[in-house]
Amino acid sequence: MSNLTNNQYVIFRLENENYGIPINYVETIERISEITRVPNAPFYLKGVINLRGEVVPVIDLRQRFQLSKKEITDESRIIILSVDEMIVGILVDSSSEVLTIDNEAIDHTSSLVNTFEDDYINGIGKINERMIIILDIYKILGVELENN
Amino acid sequence: MDMNQYIDIFFEESKEHLQNMNQILLQMENNPDDMNMLNEIFRIAHTIKGMSSTMGFQNIAHLTHEMENVLDLIRGGKITVNGNIIDILFKCFDELESYVNHIETQGSEGEDTSAELKKELEAIRDGKAYVPDEVAASVEEVACVLEEVEMSAKGSSVEVNEFVHNVIVKAIQNELNPYLVKVALNPKCMLKSARAYIIINTLEKVSEIVYSNPSIEDLEDEKFDLDFELILVTKADASLLSKELKDVSEIEAFDIISLKENYSVNKEISIEEADENKVEKLLTLENNEEVPTANKNEETKNKRGKTGKTVRVDIDRLDNLMNLVSELIIIKTRLEDIDGASNTNATGQNMHDAIEYLERITTSLHDAVMKVRMVPIERVFNRFPRMVRDLSKELGKDISLFLSGEETEVDRTVIDEIGDPLIHLIRNSIDHGIEDPETRLNNNKPKNGTVRLVAYPDGNSVVIEVEDDGRGINIEKVKNKGLERGIITPQQSQIMEDKDIIQLLFHPGFSTADKISDISGRGVGLDVVKTKIESLGGVVEVDTKAGNGSKFTIRLPLTLAIIQALLVNVGPEKYAIPLNTIKEITTIQSNAIRKVQNNEVVLYRNTTLPILKLSNLLHGTSTTENDEEYVVVIVKKGDKTVGIVVDHLIGQQEIVIKSLGKFLSNIKGIAGATILGNGSVALIVDTNSFF
Repeated sequence: MSNLTNNQYVIFRLENENYGIPINYVETIERISEITRVPNAPFYLKGVINLRGEVVPVIDLRQRFQLSKKEITDESRIIILSVDEMIVGILVDSSSEVLTIDNEAIDHTSSLVNTFEDDYINGIGKINERMIIILDIYKILGVELENN
Repeated sequence: MDMNQYIDIFFEESKEHLQNMNQILLQMENNPDDMNMLNEIFRIAHTIKGMSSTMGFQNIAHLTHEMENVLDLIRGGKITVNGNIIDILFKCFDELESYVNHIETQGSEGEDTSAELKKELEAIRDGKAYVPDEVAASVEEVACVLEEVEMSAKGSSVEVNEFVHNVIVKAIQNELNPYLVKVALNPKCMLKSARAYIIINTLEKVSEIVYSNPSIEDLEDEKFDLDFELILVTKADASLLSKELKDVSEIEAFDIISLKENYSVNKEISIEEADENKVEKLLTLENNEEVPTANKNEETKNKRGKTGKTVRVDIDRLDNLMNLVSELIIIKTRLEDIDGASNTNATGQNMHDAIEYLERITTSLHDAVMKVRMVPIERVFNRFPRMVRDLSKELGKDISLFLSGEETEVDRTVIDEIGDPLIHLIRNSIDHGIEDPETRLNNNKPKNGTVRLVAYPDGNSVVIEVEDDGRGINIEKVKNKGLERGIITPQQSQIMEDKDIIQLLFHPGFSTADKISDISGRGVGLDVVKTKIESLGGVVEVDTKAGNGSKFTIRLPLTLAIIQALLVNVGPEKYAIPLNTIKEITTIQSNAIRKVQNNEVVLYRNTTLPILKLSNLLHGTSTTENDEEYVVVIVKKGDKTVGIVVDHLIGQQEIVIKSLGKFLSNIKGIAGATILGNGSVALIVDTNSFF
């Protein structure tokens, strides 16, 4: 893995928190297009979208984290992730920046927070007094895969 | 010189040559004196030799060289072809095929495994009867073992610490096997850390590594000499581990020592000593480490899967495609012109013409692209004569295989997938269907059993039949087995028709049976066959006559990607129903619906038709819930029918099937998705799931 992308994270907002995803999982960030509901799918699946001719499932991260529902706004974005040859989008409130967070600045003790999101957290990154919650992509997607 | 760019050509060509070799060997077995065939095999061996030595695959080159030597002697009349020689040539063929496959998956031809075979060939060349030198080998082995024992005595470098000790104890309690694996790399090994990684990855597939010396980090940083030691716990046994390790190249030597004995002695004490907490801590540590390894796994996987699927295409088809694309460009320009022209009546007419023209081109284009993807089914059929030959030898039955329709073309994806189901069916026919020669003679049948494998296009689908003239399916026994397995109840068995009973063969519970070859067979993996065929959008049917044999008919759609579908509305949502599943469309009065045991049915053309509401099935909202008249789409599966209530019909349309992807596989009631003209996604209804 090249050092250039190693410590870079795509930052997005949900409710009042900042979250980060390692940039090498992120394909693109899309504005919201029409989302088609999928019946009999897991509750947090928002639906599927047409991403340049490919059908891509979209996870509603608010539902996943059991946060309150919020209408889609102009700020809302779908972050398209590619994990193990699987393309999945996640719906977030907004996303605008990429930050470099050194490994030393990430606190891996997950006992800091004690919420439902606990399971999905890889660590807490600190940068200029800001707290960034680093998410574990595999947990967000992978755990549920096994249950299916 | 970089050979990578030629490697695809190498695969295609060597596979083609091997295929030919296989066919000729089969023919040669029947006419051993045919010089033409001999020359042909000689030519093939020579070509493969040339190709592989150019590419630097020395094992293949050496083996083919030895083959050439023998073939040359046969050609010169110095040796005569006999069964033994043919068998050895077949072995050579298998060996070459496995080398080529190894290159395709691993990028290298792997270790030289054909020493024995080469000796056999040499023996033939020297006119000696071949005596396998197992004796010599076993002596060598003993020496090896002795050496290894010494090695392990000397190298008692593994000082197992307490944690690891506890993990091993725990593993033994859980009936897992702990092993100490010592690996020494080849001194010529270029990238030691990478090689170590491959070894660790390989082992992690079948086991859990609990300790390594030097540590994993040091291995990564190449801070080690040529050898390293791992302790691992696994459900598998040593033979599997050694098999896995043998597949990795650049290993000088490896040794697998079971630690079970060491620990079983002081097991009782250890259990008391074992500090549960520590073990658990260690296990969680292991878990944390898993994330980086997963990433690395992914990397190596990507590197390997480089050689993609290829299709060889007739140049005429490509020319046709090219022509159509140029026409497409012309029509694009024409549409631009119309767009630019001033708005008169003529523009409307022009526009209409242009769109019609465009429609014609896209249809032809679709046809042409589909044809490019089509491959003759010969590629699958080719391997069966050999399989039948081997099986009939093994089982002592006389069986001839008739192939026809090899030229029938099917989609490339089907070619890749259909092989295994067909192997299952043919094996079943040979193993269980066809009787042994004595029984056949007693039943006034020819001694020679026959299996027919036939393919032909039929309208919009391709049909493949596997037919044998064996004993057929014993319905009573299938029924009894079904009762025994609890798949059907005694009451059910009374009223079931024969064809329904035969369907039991495809039931998953049926095939996992211990041994069903005592009944007239038919059951090994048939559920797998069915699932595979259905995943390709096809159906499989059985036809059987006691004493006269049985016939399995597979029906596959010609194309997988594009289908005709009916678009319907359910509330605000649009869904597509594949047209080939629809029997008819009708309207029914809502008050004609009756409830029978909580199921809604309607009397339609004097038969009861179950009624399902699409809005309920898909948890949607219907806008026509309270209407007096419902629009009903009647769908079929086999000869069963179900009426599905929809809100409105939108119309028939050609749709492109898109998969929902791995993340959403197996969503109930949904077979896939398609993208509509306006860019939105509509889901395709899986009507099979409603039955």
